Amino acid sequence: MSKETTQTTYQIPIGPIHPSLKEPVMFKFDIDGERIVDVDVELGHVHRAIEWTGMRRNPIQIIYLAERICGICSFVHPLAFCRAVENACEIDVPERADYIRVVHGELERICSHLLWAGVAAHEIGFDTVLFLTWEVREKALDLTEYLTGNRVTKAILTIGGVRRDIKKEHHAKINETMASLKEGYKKLAHAFLDDKTVKMRSKGCGVLTYDDALKLCAVGPTARGSGVKKDVRADQPYTAYGDIGVDYITPDVLTGEVNGDVYDRIIVRLLEVKQSIDLIEKAIDQMPAGDIVSEPKIPKLLNQIKKIEGEGIGRDEAPRGEVIHYVKFDGKSETPYTWKVRASTYANVLPWIPMLKGDQIADIPIVAASTDPCMSCTNRVAVINNATNKNYMLNKETLHNLSVMKTRRMIH
Amino acid sequence: MGFSMLWPVFKQMFKKPWTNKFPAKYQPNNTTKYLADVAAGKAKINPPVPTPEGFRGKIVYDTEKCIGCKLCIKVCPCGAIEFKEKEKKVKFYLSRCCFCSQCNDVCPVKCISMSDEFLLSDADPYSKDLIVE
Repeated sequence: MSKETTQTTYQIPIGPIHPSLKEPVMFKFDIDGERIVDVDVELGHVHRAIEWTGMRRNPIQIIYLAERICGICSFVHPLAFCRAVENACEIDVPERADYIRVVHGELERICSHLLWAGVAAHEIGFDTVLFLTWEVREKALDLTEYLTGNRVTKAILTIGGVRRDIKKEHHAKINETMASLKEGYKKLAHAFLDDKTVKMRSKGCGVLTYDDALKLCAVGPTARGSGVKKDVRADQPYTAYGDIGVDYITPDVLTGEVNGDVYDRIIVRLLEVKQSIDLIEKAIDQMPAGDIVSEPKIPKLLNQIKKIEGEGIGRDEAPRGEVIHYVKFDGKSETPYTWKVRASTYANVLPWIPMLKGDQIADIPIVAASTDPCMSCTNRVAVINNATNKNYMLNKETLHNLSVMKTRRMIH
Repeated sequence: MGFSMLWPVFKQMFKKPWTNKFPAKYQPNNTTKYLADVAAGKAKINPPVPTPEGFRGKIVYDTEKCIGCKLCIKVCPCGAIEFKEKEKKVKFYLSRCCFCSQCNDVCPVKCISMSDEFLLSDADPYSKDLIVE
């Protein structure tokens, strides 16, 4: 007689606040032994009503608000916003400002990728490398402070250009920093790519296949790690990237094969640090002379925006992937009628599910960290019922019913 | 391969640390008392890392030059500037300031500038050090 067994899974909730997660996000795992059978991700714990606040301010004030959507992407968010406003108002950005924007954008990518590399090393218990990466990153931050006046919140952008020029006397420090970053890159490449522990821990875990990456619309290094050639800098060149030229970085550049695992994403980010150093050097070399802002008088600029009736879209490649800002002006006031932000992590949340399925519990932190998630950027909408003061979610059917009801209301 | 990190570790032992020991080399037993001693000139402070040129620190405001045009209030992202109706001058609350230097850029008479002072933490957001007028 065969013994009957019933196979069951048990649930583990991780988050919203958890030591292994840097930011609040909630995972619900179905676990069978050590294997993850199913995952559910819940977001929405750090909604800060930034868009709502922005719809009550003028565009100059919003630049600094957009800067605070994410502490690490404090250049790309205002850049996307400025480009959206420039798009709506048909403002031409001077060529020199475009090159300066490239320098700052790439400097931010270096800082972000190095920070990520440190966090990833920390997640697998390799804290020596954490300190090594952050030592290298410190150089990049010092250069940022030297060029913009502050380490993190750069406040360098304005609508129609940039606020600070890169002068002749700045070049010495830039060259010195680039040399030391190259040196640091060599050390890091050795620590990550030649190390047995990193390989053991990251190869074959958190696999995202090419098809899944396409289907789930992954962006940035997460998509490129799976071999998807997707990079806004190359697909739709903005600022001066078209002149300088950017190539897609996929893991097969180095290893000749694409596995789509955590190791591949490490390779992509490391190679992008190298690429960014090259891009900064090229941008500094090719930088043309000229103005850095199209309209230096801010009251005049605000008056110009006040008369605009229309909408604009700004998209650019953040360290984590594509960022899209949408702005609409109604022609009555300088305050935007609508401001919509789509941060890159939003597109990288769903790929977590195929990545985590089939992996072990101990792999959760490194797999979750491998997409470089930024929860605070992602949380855009929270739906709260005023009467009961309870959060509720809108699923497809409810949304469909709401839409049908609205149509009926409008007919009658 | 097994001992490849031994030499870097050995080198590290004799390197000068990167960390700038601020405000004192060792954590004082009583920080408040230590700061009081520094103010009285009894103890010496270990200086912070110098700020680069163009650093955006505490706002410096020239009341004489100000014409009361309110442009700075219009562009301030955090509402840190208050207009004094009677005197037609402005008042900066640094506890709300985000140090973006936009008021400095927009000022038509250049009466606002940014100093390199950054040690501004205080328990009271309305303390005398945090209000510029």
